[in-house]
Amino acid sequence: MYVAVKGGETAILNSHELLAAARRGDERVPEITPAQIRQQLRLAVARVMSEGSLYDEDLAALALKQAAGDQVEAIFLLRAYRTTLPRFGYSLPVDTSRMALRRRISAAFKDLPGGQVLGPTYDYTQRLLDFSLCEPSASPLPPRADEPLAEAMPRVSELLGHEGLMEEELPLPGDPAPVDLSREPLSFPADRATRLQNLARGDEGFLLAMGYSTQRGYANSHPFAGEIRMGEVALEIVPEELGFAITIGEITLTECQMINQFAGSSTVPPQFTRGYGLAFGEAERKSMAMALVDRALRAAELGEETTAPAQQPEFVLSHSDNVEASGFVQHLKLPHYVDFQSELELLRKMRNRHEGRMKVGAGGTAPTEVAAEENA
Amino acid sequence: MNTIAGYNFAYLDEQTKRMIRRALLKAVAIPGYQVPFGSREMPLPYGWGTGGIQITASILGRDDVLKVIDQGSDDTTNAVNIRRFFARTAGIATTEKTEDATIIQTRHRIPEKPLSEQQIMVYQVPLPEPLARLEPREAVTRKLHALADYGLMHVKLYEDIARYGHIASTYDYPVLVNGRYLMAPSPIPKFDNPKLHMNPALQLFGAGREKRVYAIPPYTKVESLDFEDHPFSVQRWEDPCALCGAEDSFLDEVVLDDAGGRMFVCSDSDYCTTRQAAGHTGSQSPVAKEAA
Amino acid sequence: MNAPHIPMLPGFADPVDDGQRVFRALLDALARPGTVRQLPGLQVSLPRVPAPLHVAAGAVLLSLTDFETPLWLQSPGGELAAWLRFHCGAPLVAEPGEARFAVIDSPATMPPLSAFAQGEPEYPDRSATLIVQVAGFEPSGLRLRGPGIKAECCIGIAGLPAGFWRQRRDAQAHAPLGVDLLFVAEQAVLGLPRSTQVTQADEDKEN
Ligand SMILES: [Zn+2]
Repeated sequence: MYVAVKGGETAILNSHELLAAARRGDERVPEITPAQIRQQLRLAVARVMSEGSLYDEDLAALALKQAAGDQVEAIFLLRAYRTTLPRFGYSLPVDTSRMALRRRISAAFKDLPGGQVLGPTYDYTQRLLDFSLCEPSASPLPPRADEPLAEAMPRVSELLGHEGLMEEELPLPGDPAPVDLSREPLSFPADRATRLQNLARGDEGFLLAMGYSTQRGYANSHPFAGEIRMGEVALEIVPEELGFAITIGEITLTECQMINQFAGSSTVPPQFTRGYGLAFGEAERKSMAMALVDRALRAAELGEETTAPAQQPEFVLSHSDNVEASGFVQHLKLPHYVDFQSELELLRKMRNRHEGRMKVGAGGTAPTEVAAEENA
Repeated sequence: MNTIAGYNFAYLDEQTKRMIRRALLKAVAIPGYQVPFGSREMPLPYGWGTGGIQITASILGRDDVLKVIDQGSDDTTNAVNIRRFFARTAGIATTEKTEDATIIQTRHRIPEKPLSEQQIMVYQVPLPEPLARLEPREAVTRKLHALADYGLMHVKLYEDIARYGHIASTYDYPVLVNGRYLMAPSPIPKFDNPKLHMNPALQLFGAGREKRVYAIPPYTKVESLDFEDHPFSVQRWEDPCALCGAEDSFLDEVVLDDAGGRMFVCSDSDYCTTRQAAGHTGSQSPVAKEAA
Repeated sequence: MNAPHIPMLPGFADPVDDGQRVFRALLDALARPGTVRQLPGLQVSLPRVPAPLHVAAGAVLLSLTDFETPLWLQSPGGELAAWLRFHCGAPLVAEPGEARFAVIDSPATMPPLSAFAQGEPEYPDRSATLIVQVAGFEPSGLRLRGPGIKAECCIGIAGLPAGFWRQRRDAQAHAPLGVDLLFVAEQAVLGLPRSTQVTQADEDKEN
């Protein structure tokens, strides 16, 4: 006798327990704490905050623990939590020119006011697996500079701006408030503020591949890393009852300004244009890739030929979000019996026709088609 | 039932519900038109019914009785999970009986039992744009909808006929709502398309990932696209349901062994069990097997 | 600061449940045009609203509007504006064309329907919903057809200016653009989405 599969709820609850056990692993090994993740896996935390659109290191660390280190799952957890949070207000735009820098480099100039600041970077680590990390080690004291960093660290784009070689970036007429993509649907054409918002939440791997493609000829792009800076910026709000700005805390940001050639047009002389990238925490790869993609997406408004995937706003912006992408790719795990049954029937019918037979062979009960009365 | 502490009734905050409710009212006023809405990240993944869940959460009241089906069945894991979500976050009554439900959230099927004026159907929609497979750019499809220019779809269906001798869409078969908007009926089998037409129940469609809602009001004309010489047709099976003997339901194929053995049973689990309880039998029914 | 202190009338007794119940009634009203329904439970949940609102109009505003919905009032009086600002937070706009919702308390002197947002060809949903306060509903006078109506239904709406229905019929030439109407009288509401075709039982009456 045929018994239909039942007991879905029990199966789901059991799977939760299996998951919890797998997450914990061998109990002889001490359990990891969110505090450890926050302190020692800070780059993973930064990515979860960026793409989770929520700057909270403790929650991001908790999400990483709960997701057993799966970044996209952790990002999803943070986003789902974020949805339920009330919104008290909007901060003033952060001013990255006033950033307390920990790193600042330019690939465009050998030296510049304020100098190059290497900071903590994997760039020159030679990538040899460090077996000494297998054992606990004392935290090394960070080296100290002989003198503090310069007070003024002008951005490279501003230095070029003095000569008129860099395009000006001005607010749109009337300085309209940007769309809030976490509350309004994306629509096209999308202005640059909306695009940047989308890219900032976008999947790092996707942006990396898209940015990379622009370097390989899929978009006529000649980027220079004008400046990358990382450090802390103050977050300010203006409470309505006070009427002036107060600092509510500081966050770590990585900003990248890519400089690109622009041939000019009938109205604009040849000049440099910018691609912009910004991400929470130490996130250099993300902000650089974002800057490349931002520049590529400006092709149409700069009157450049748009031929490459990275230059197509709908293509890029509709596929950048890993919570959306992961959900939809993985929904293929859900039952599709009904659609599959419909396709199966169609295929059998087509094969029958193909084989010139009118009736399906033994064992089959091929559905026939009847005109739908309601539609006649 | 107690609901989860710290969350609002039916999970969504009131401001989000209002935003979705406003979108739903416009959807009802413009039958078949896809209204963009500020879809939220839900605690279930995109593609797993977040559009339907957001609609249900926005319309649900404490007196509602909710039925959730996936592939016609109340017992598939995703249906169980969504039903559990609302039982936990809203504490509402749930049912598997089609006729007892005031709201039916569904993925891929319309129940076999006719719906009533007191019911609301909520469809989970993966891809709301019927033209998307022919023209992926939303900027273009929006224009085509504005102009009611559905030539692309007619050409596609016509090419099917030229190539295969019939229209090769078996599910998510495009419909024209109220003579105006081309609409994706979500991937229901075309078997269910006729039920969309002049249905006494209000039908709401939600696509969470694509951030669209749309609606078919009750008693609204819904036509499946076809041609005069190739009228729209639906599947019918030669054999009745192996468990309840129904001859008028959509059947799932169940593989019994690896030697080609299979049987066909109702995809609508409530319909099938109700019929069995009323004494209807099929070739694989326990009674029939014992007698054999 | 120096204005005489008027105690603010309360909003819904239970914003979550009352808002949901009213919304469901409105959903039903627009899904089944032409049927008059009493909004449920208002005696308890919303006994009083500021003049010149009818209770049903107040309930509609409380359940649907907030800081995201520009609102136009035909009579933007002080107490009403303060009540709306406090309970809904909807920004009041001076131009009917900028409003997503509008309250008309005196249909005789209302702006033409075309003064309100009709939506855009690619976004017909970007249109206004008008809450029109009328004297009452009658059993006949208008014949309605369209989505949500099984065959045809008859209804009468008292207190609309001459030419209203001709105006609405002219606007339907631009379908699917148009405004959606919620007629309210005391605690009752009747929905008339843009998709409903209305003919007057006595067509000559108006002309
Ligand atoms: Zn059956």
